[in-house]
Amino acid sequence: GPALAEGLGLGRPALPEEIAAWDVAVLPDGTGLPEGSGDVLTGEEVFADKCASCHGEFAEGLDSWPVLAGGEGTLTDRRPVKTIGSYWPHLSTVWDYVHRSMPFGAAQTVSVDEAYAITAFLLYSNGLVEDDFVLTRANFTEVALPNAEGFYSDDRAETEYPLFSAAPCMADCGPEVKVTKRAVELNVTPEDPDGRPAGTLPALTTTAAAVPAE
Amino acid sequence: MTDEPADNDIPGASRRTFLKGGAALGAGALAGAAARAESPDPLITEVQDWATSFGEAVDATPYGMPIHFESHVVRRNVEWLTESPVSSINFTPIHALEGTITPQGCAFERHHSGAIELSKADYRLMINGLVDRPLVFTFEDLMRFPRASLVAFCECAANGGMEWGGAQLEGCQFTQGMIHNMEYVGVPLRLLLAEAGVQPEGKWIYAEGADASSNGRSIPMEKAMDDVMVAFYANGEALRKEHGYPARLVVPGWEGNMWVKWLRRIGVYDQAVESREETSKYTDLMPDGRARKWTWVMDAKSVITSPSPQAPVRHGKGPLVITGLAWSGHGKVARVDVSLDGGRNWQEARITGEAKPKALTRFHLDIDWDGSELLLQSRAVDETGYVQPTKDALRAIRGLNNVYHNNGIQTWWLKPDGEVENVEVA
Repeated sequence: GPALAEGLGLGRPALPEEIAAWDVAVLPDGTGLPEGSGDVLTGEEVFADKCASCHGEFAEGLDSWPVLAGGEGTLTDRRPVKTIGSYWPHLSTVWDYVHRSMPFGAAQTVSVDEAYAITAFLLYSNGLVEDDFVLTRANFTEVALPNAEGFYSDDRAETEYPLFSAAPCMADCGPEVKVTKRAVELNVTPEDPDGRPAGTLPALTTTAAAVPAE
Repeated sequence: MTDEPADNDIPGASRRTFLKGGAALGAGALAGAAARAESPDPLITEVQDWATSFGEAVDATPYGMPIHFESHVVRRNVEWLTESPVSSINFTPIHALEGTITPQGCAFERHHSGAIELSKADYRLMINGLVDRPLVFTFEDLMRFPRASLVAFCECAANGGMEWGGAQLEGCQFTQGMIHNMEYVGVPLRLLLAEAGVQPEGKWIYAEGADASSNGRSIPMEKAMDDVMVAFYANGEALRKEHGYPARLVVPGWEGNMWVKWLRRIGVYDQAVESREETSKYTDLMPDGRARKWTWVMDAKSVITSPSPQAPVRHGKGPLVITGLAWSGHGKVARVDVSLDGGRNWQEARITGEAKPKALTRFHLDIDWDGSELLLQSRAVDETGYVQPTKDALRAIRGLNNVYHNNGIQTWWLKPDGEVENVEVA
């Protein structure tokens, strides 16, 4: 009603310091970037200190931790390697995500200048800048990532919904089918002690399990 | 009671004590006719402990857990799916549930930096950006806004994602169980935004959580003003810690990633933030090497929850209940068809209960099983006329590396011994 359109008078004004503390998002056009800078070599040092234990010295990824560099030209491969260099559209996302949510387990410990330096190093690791590159707020939006044009908005309404909205076949819908793939052949599902898929309903013809020990 | 097995051929069953008499007939032993007891059942003829002495007192359990016989009805993890258990997924035991409401205690979890503990006293919600009045709310403030309620499914965008390339995991808990369905109560987001006063240039909101991952996602203003809710209650009580206590976003019909938990800030912007969770993740690679972004809606989908690999048929031939779930992010489920022969012939199932928009819907089909092998499938149709596609129909358009949004028809191979497998057919 009208009362709601004018508001209920709940909440209180957010102070500039509070907004600055929490709104650290950076948009593709650079909105949200603070003043600062960092170069590749500084970034390499910071990365070695804070990041390389998971992501590798060259951002190539250790064990099964995410690979941050490489994979260019693999997006149509059977197993694409989707990294910052091969897949991500915007540099803003790199800066924003590193600054806000990395290192994993100790987030929000990367300073503004460190975030610029790490981002510069990640550009270098992906072969996109020279090793003397300095990333600043001023030149940030001049950097275009290789896959900047690689995305398009959801088009299912054009490419799928008309196709899948025809009246479906109800009877004699085609030739007899055969089993072509079986999950049991992979055998990668967690199991109960008897070898069945974990959580299988107990057989009601057997005696109930004893009360589990506390 | 006796230790003598009544049926010697129960596949996979451990040979412990079996009951004698009508209750003891094992898989494959019946041919449709009602069982006839050969001797009196001692569970009837002898007075059982529970029929003569006391059970537990009312002060034994201030907040109860399921009876221990139901210990299989729990969330399960698949370790190899992710590199860290704090940025990972577990699965709702949908094979064992009925109806539509998911018990919160076994409703799936997906975190990116673990399930954080955030008290109502420490909770703050900020609205800032392109608004007339940037605001900070305490939880107490939020409790004073007019409330709304809705039931909605929260389905992870990656639900079934491991099955894009073939049949991989064994059980609908694992292949369709990144989902829960709750009754939420909270405040429509539009009321909070009205308090701050959205400016005309404010076309997008950006919601982020209080956790280290933040999980920031951009949502167009039309959706934010439509049915998005800041929820405090789920299934009657406060949200569970792992589901965003004390406040989460509920985004009906849209991919679970956008249901930001431990919600701490709504920023209003003139463009999408294009955050990590809407660029690197939750974008869907297509055959030409480009990717769809902003694939928000979860399309119509269904699965037969029993029989299924974790719910084999052990009672032999005769009456068999086929039960399952259907849902659509576009609205109500209009109909569910079930096939017993891998999609050659279909019959309409019964919707049991109400088909609410953007909510889980239960269907049943009762059949007389003759003990022959079946290829069970279900096919949801929603109120827009959209018919759930086969996996092959989706792959023909999207290829194999979409990762997200697999709503293809599931096939279960029910074999004559009552065991059930996850398969693909062609």
